[in-house]
Amino acid sequence: MAQWINACGADDIDEEDVIRFDHAGQSFAVYRLEDDTFCATGGFCTHENVHLADGLVMGRIIECPKHNGRFDIPTGKAKGAPACIDLKTFPVKIEDGRVFIDLG
Amino acid sequence: MSSASDPGIVIIGAGEAGTRAALTLRERHYTGSVTLIGAETHLPYERPPLSKAAQTALDHPSPALIGGADRLADLGITYRTGVMVTGIDRAAQTVSVQDGLSLPYAQLLLATGAKPRTLALPGATADNVLYLRTFVDALALRNRLAHGIRLVVIGGGFIGLEVAASALERGCAVTVVEMAPRILGRAVPAEIAARVAAHHRAAGITIIEGIGLTAIAARPQGSTVVLADGTVLEADAIIAGIGAIPETALAEAAGLTIENGIRVDGRLATDDPAIFAAGDCCSFPHPVFGGRRLRLEAWRNAQDQGRHAAGSMLGDRAAFATVPWFWSDQHGDTLQIAGLPDEGDQTVTRDLGGMPFLFHLKGGRLVGASAFGPIGKVAKDIRLAEMLIDAKCHPDPAALADPAVKLKALLPTRATAA
Ligand SMILES: Cc1cc2nc3c(=O)[nH]c(=O)nc-3n(C[C@H](O)[C@H](O)[C@H](O)COP(=O)(O)OP(=O)(O)OC[C@H]3O[C@@H](n4cnc5c(N)ncnc54)[C@H](O)[C@@H]3O)c2cc1C
Ligand code: FES
Repeated sequence: MAQWINACGADDIDEEDVIRFDHAGQSFAVYRLEDDTFCATGGFCTHENVHLADGLVMGRIIECPKHNGRFDIPTGKAKGAPACIDLKTFPVKIEDGRVFIDLG
Repeated sequence: MSSASDPGIVIIGAGEAGTRAALTLRERHYTGSVTLIGAETHLPYERPPLSKAAQTALDHPSPALIGGADRLADLGITYRTGVMVTGIDRAAQTVSVQDGLSLPYAQLLLATGAKPRTLALPGATADNVLYLRTFVDALALRNRLAHGIRLVVIGGGFIGLEVAASALERGCAVTVVEMAPRILGRAVPAEIAARVAAHHRAAGITIIEGIGLTAIAARPQGSTVVLADGTVLEADAIIAGIGAIPETALAEAAGLTIENGIRVDGRLATDDPAIFAAGDCCSFPHPVFGGRRLRLEAWRNAQDQGRHAAGSMLGDRAAFATVPWFWSDQHGDTLQIAGLPDEGDQTVTRDLGGMPFLFHLKGGRLVGASAFGPIGKVAKDIRLAEMLIDAKCHPDPAALADPAVKLKALLPTRATAA
């Protein structure tokens, strides 16, 4: 069942950037890509426990701030060593300038 | 996968460089045989946690694996663990291993890493004098770090300081002794080193700089460390982090050129076109820095060079040109360096709310960047600086100094697009 959570304002995230969102003991990374699409993944890198919101977004890729592990943002796929486990992804919708994440 | 006529690729050393090379060969659909030979008895693992999480974790640590047994087997990589290669016969293109076997190779990768430099002092052979390179070393150290013991760290380099921070977290009383006038040596700018030292001191670690060691005397309980100025330190355990020596014995015996490590060209080939070297064991010319010959002891370099050497063995012609990048964790903060700060003739400081972020320029060109602080303030901009260094940019120093200017906007493709 869908469970939409109001995460942040669309304008809270710069273009081609990422912010952290915490909810009910879970942490997420919420992204705004260059083409103004929004995405959400689990917040922590799957290599060690580091938050991806401190990482660099380049195109569709988020690079972990700790050891430069890379993930494809829309699919969560691990794309570069040392990351080899995929990120969880969550559906996102924009309504009235707000970003909603589906935790369902 | 191999045929009798193709002896395939043999990799000596199953560390970061060797293992990444093996994985890359398969990612690139190489179908010949790949044999990875490692002297250590574990599956290939990452060394960086050895001075960090392996010391501080509450539970008994296990090695952080680069590739598990299943993955290696699935990829058709033959992993020979706990086996030492004892010789290379270049004419016959074979390597001999300690169990008497001889293995043929079409191409050979030397990824033998480095070993800790040891203390040449009387008393330094006592069993409470430790070094840290392997997982076995890490467990030996961990077992010594009981609450309240006195640990003396010889050498204020990255590994020594990381161990100092970890030992403090474990409740040890820690003293670091550095012979040079300051910790961290030439590769780290003095301003950053001073901040790291201040951070350690504030946390409760004693750092003695500019004073060497004259003797270590074993006692029934622990040791006494005597410094050049007469200071006497009592130690329950001693760890020496006084640098690493490239593991070149095999290459040397095989007649390959040694020049601060195994000498390789831009493709990471040795003088013998069938033999390559990668990682801590080799020195290579860096095209981004005018061909300056470097030997790096850094995790990402080992990884990237392993990958590059695999490509060269598959016929790639490109020179290895990745900008050096290094990190070290110290008490929860991170130190990151991109490029080569010591190449610079000018330093520009960006003040990020009391935390200096340094840019190093040479004749106006960006050649390095360095910072020490919370990962959220350091990592992104170091990564962008790395891209600016790679693009051989001449950024406006005023823009570099201004925290309001985003480094992303200075990247060439973006700057022209904007
Ligand atoms: C405690 C510690 C902490 C570190 N922390 C960081 C960090 O925070 N950041 C960073 O950037 N770097 C760090 N490093 C450095 C990084 O781990 C190394 O640069 C990297 O491991 C080098 O990889 P390598 O494959 O070249 O060599 P190694 O990883 O040393 O692997 C070489 C392997 O070859 C084997 N071998 C050698 N000779 C033979 C032989 N004749 N036959 C069979 N096997 C052989 C060795 O047993 C070894 O397993 C750290 C290193 C240590 C020791
Ligand atoms: S913690 Fe993200 S790559 Fe290591």
